[in-house]
Amino acid sequence: MNISDLTDRFGLLAVGLIAFAVILLALYGLAELASRNNRGRWVAAVFLSPAIIFLLVGLVYPAIRTITMSFFSGDGSEFVGMENYAWAVTDPDALQTLINTALWIIVVPALSTVCGLVYAVLVDGRRGERIYKALVFLPMGISFVGASIIWKFVYQYKSSGTQIGLLNQVMTWFGGSPVNWLNNSPMNNFLLMVVLVWIEVGFATVVLSAALKGVPNEIVEAARIDGATPTEIFWHVTVPSIRSAIIVVAVTVFIATLKLFDIVRAMTGGHHGTDVLAHNMWDQAFRLGNDGRGATMAVLLFALVIPVVIYQVRNMRRQELEGR
Amino acid sequence: MSKTRRIFCLTAAVSAIALAAAACGAPDDEGEDRGAVPDDATDCGNYEQYGDLEGETVSILGSIRDAEADEMMEAWSYFESCTKATIEYEGTGEFESDMKVRVDGGNAPDIALFPQPGLMSTFKDDLKPASDAVKELATEGWTEDWLNYGTIDGELYAAPHSSNAKSFIWYSPTYFSDNGYEIPQTWDELIALSDTMVANGIQPWCAGFESGGATGWPGTDWIEDIVLREGTDVYDQWVTHAIPFNDPQIVTAIDKAGTILQNNDYIYGGTDTISSTAFQEAGYPILDGSCAMSRQASFYGAMWPAETNVAEDGDVFAFRFPESNEGDNTMLVGGEFVAAFSDSEATDAVRQFLASELYHNARLQTGPWSTARQGVDPANATTPINQYATEILTDPAVTVRFDGSDLMPGSVGASSFWTGIVQWVDGDKTSQQMADDIENSWP
Repeated sequence: MNISDLTDRFGLLAVGLIAFAVILLALYGLAELASRNNRGRWVAAVFLSPAIIFLLVGLVYPAIRTITMSFFSGDGSEFVGMENYAWAVTDPDALQTLINTALWIIVVPALSTVCGLVYAVLVDGRRGERIYKALVFLPMGISFVGASIIWKFVYQYKSSGTQIGLLNQVMTWFGGSPVNWLNNSPMNNFLLMVVLVWIEVGFATVVLSAALKGVPNEIVEAARIDGATPTEIFWHVTVPSIRSAIIVVAVTVFIATLKLFDIVRAMTGGHHGTDVLAHNMWDQAFRLGNDGRGATMAVLLFALVIPVVIYQVRNMRRQELEGR
Repeated sequence: MSKTRRIFCLTAAVSAIALAAAACGAPDDEGEDRGAVPDDATDCGNYEQYGDLEGETVSILGSIRDAEADEMMEAWSYFESCTKATIEYEGTGEFESDMKVRVDGGNAPDIALFPQPGLMSTFKDDLKPASDAVKELATEGWTEDWLNYGTIDGELYAAPHSSNAKSFIWYSPTYFSDNGYEIPQTWDELIALSDTMVANGIQPWCAGFESGGATGWPGTDWIEDIVLREGTDVYDQWVTHAIPFNDPQIVTAIDKAGTILQNNDYIYGGTDTISSTAFQEAGYPILDGSCAMSRQASFYGAMWPAETNVAEDGDVFAFRFPESNEGDNTMLVGGEFVAAFSDSEATDAVRQFLASELYHNARLQTGPWSTARQGVDPANATTPINQYATEILTDPAVTVRFDGSDLMPGSVGASSFWTGIVQWVDGDKTSQQMADDIENSWP
């Protein structure tokens, strides 16, 4: 890149920043102009309007359009009513997708949270706790596609000759014959879940470990003096004290799982019975050219996320109230 | 050193290892099999007809990548330097989805190299029909069978680009001559030969359908080869869905494929290994005489281990898939079609160039390639198998049919047909069940 390219680029950046400042000033000026008595409302309206416009254009309009599209045929030319939804719950492949998604959202958040909690409790207060936590947190730093490529090598299969996949090499060391891990349903679904759990356990550990530090020593000691066993302390003191952190972790992992696309795309392409909602949505709309079915999958995904978001928002509100 | 910083360093180290691991698995790009730079192609006198295109840029999107893309662009470079036009090529591994996004977003490339005519026809409204000059070159250069696949609703939209011959059975010429086996000319002879081989104590066939996310496609080629040899009419009706996928004729053809693919005496390692054997390596046992034959397209010539001599008198070569009906002369093919989303002068010049004999001769020499362009000299091909394929493809007497799964809708040809064939070859479904399921998935 030469100097003129740089000035071009940063020149553009400067113009952008100046324009941004000018718009802000103009908005402020508009708000200033408003009459004194309902000024608060005016100021709010003026400063909210950019956000509202972006929300309308970027969220509300696409949502409405997607819902409309889900009632139309593959090329969007004719109205087909509920046909796409009927397809989603009767077609064996679509059903497989829904079943897989259900499995994912049950297994992954549960496993990630449990593993993270157990690990956090085990390393809590030990020597070298930081190193243990850093080790399990490392996969968080790897992108989903990167992680998928790494694990694809672990599961790599060759029918004969030298195995380049770790798992199959271990199999042959123990005298077994190599297995085509990623092509065997339903096992392959769980092997893909391992990848996401591997990534998310680090997140769960770090958050839960921080929460554990917040459990007051006094109540733990009080419980101990009252004669509670370590198991009882864990279940009746520690877990209730960090309940909200556990919920936050589970819900976050749940949402990450629900919108999971990368791992399936990079590892199996959704074949061999491993498709999930978010991947099938893309596959239908872009690879197979069926916008109607793609939109239907998007709506189903939307419908599944909403209850979780509502639960999460309520949970946060309650916490805020409790905090006061 | 702060904790976050330490974590960051560790993460960076792990990412670097991951990258290295990814690099280890990448296929090696080897520059061998390169021919000499063609003389005609470098002579700017041959490009005068396209005029001066200085400052013009033509964007091309295709699914060809890596070494093959470099060889293709080398053949284009003479056009670029003589006409001063710039060709911007972009190769993508997600051609189907990229095309749809680009076209729907009003950002279509000037030219797209479609590997599937079926996909091309879905963009009919945005495509520009071939100009008269391109039409003339196309009619001069390709047989009607080929042009039909570039034609949508009676209008020619695209001339073919590369072509590969798919109805090939790979074998070891030395193994055949040592044992006195003859190349079979008919299906019955093929089965008789297989039986003789079984009697002589080997499992004659090697097959592998594993291909990552596209597992199953090598099996669809088997079915297509057999349906095509039942009759071109049946084949055409089948791929256009004029007859259902579970038509009795198709089910019979699947059963016929089963006489080889579901026969444990025939398949090396047993039929249950087919769906998990990588197609790239499926034919390797031919080299040590463990099996004798493997059905795969002409491009398989580039997949043999590096030291293999792929020639008619070498370690491995291919013969044509035998005919079922006497007098038939058919070939299943694949290839790309050059469709345009722009009708600018420069775009048209590039299309004319890509349809010209000059380009096809040059491209044959820049790397392993085969073409169906009439008038090219097959001897220009850099490898014996590509020469053989080009000879067959340019022979007007050969009836050509395009790979059916590339003509069917994506939800069949790139989805349910693949899964169906895997379940069938694993023995989970009968021919009838497989055909019924695929028929149900037809949109």
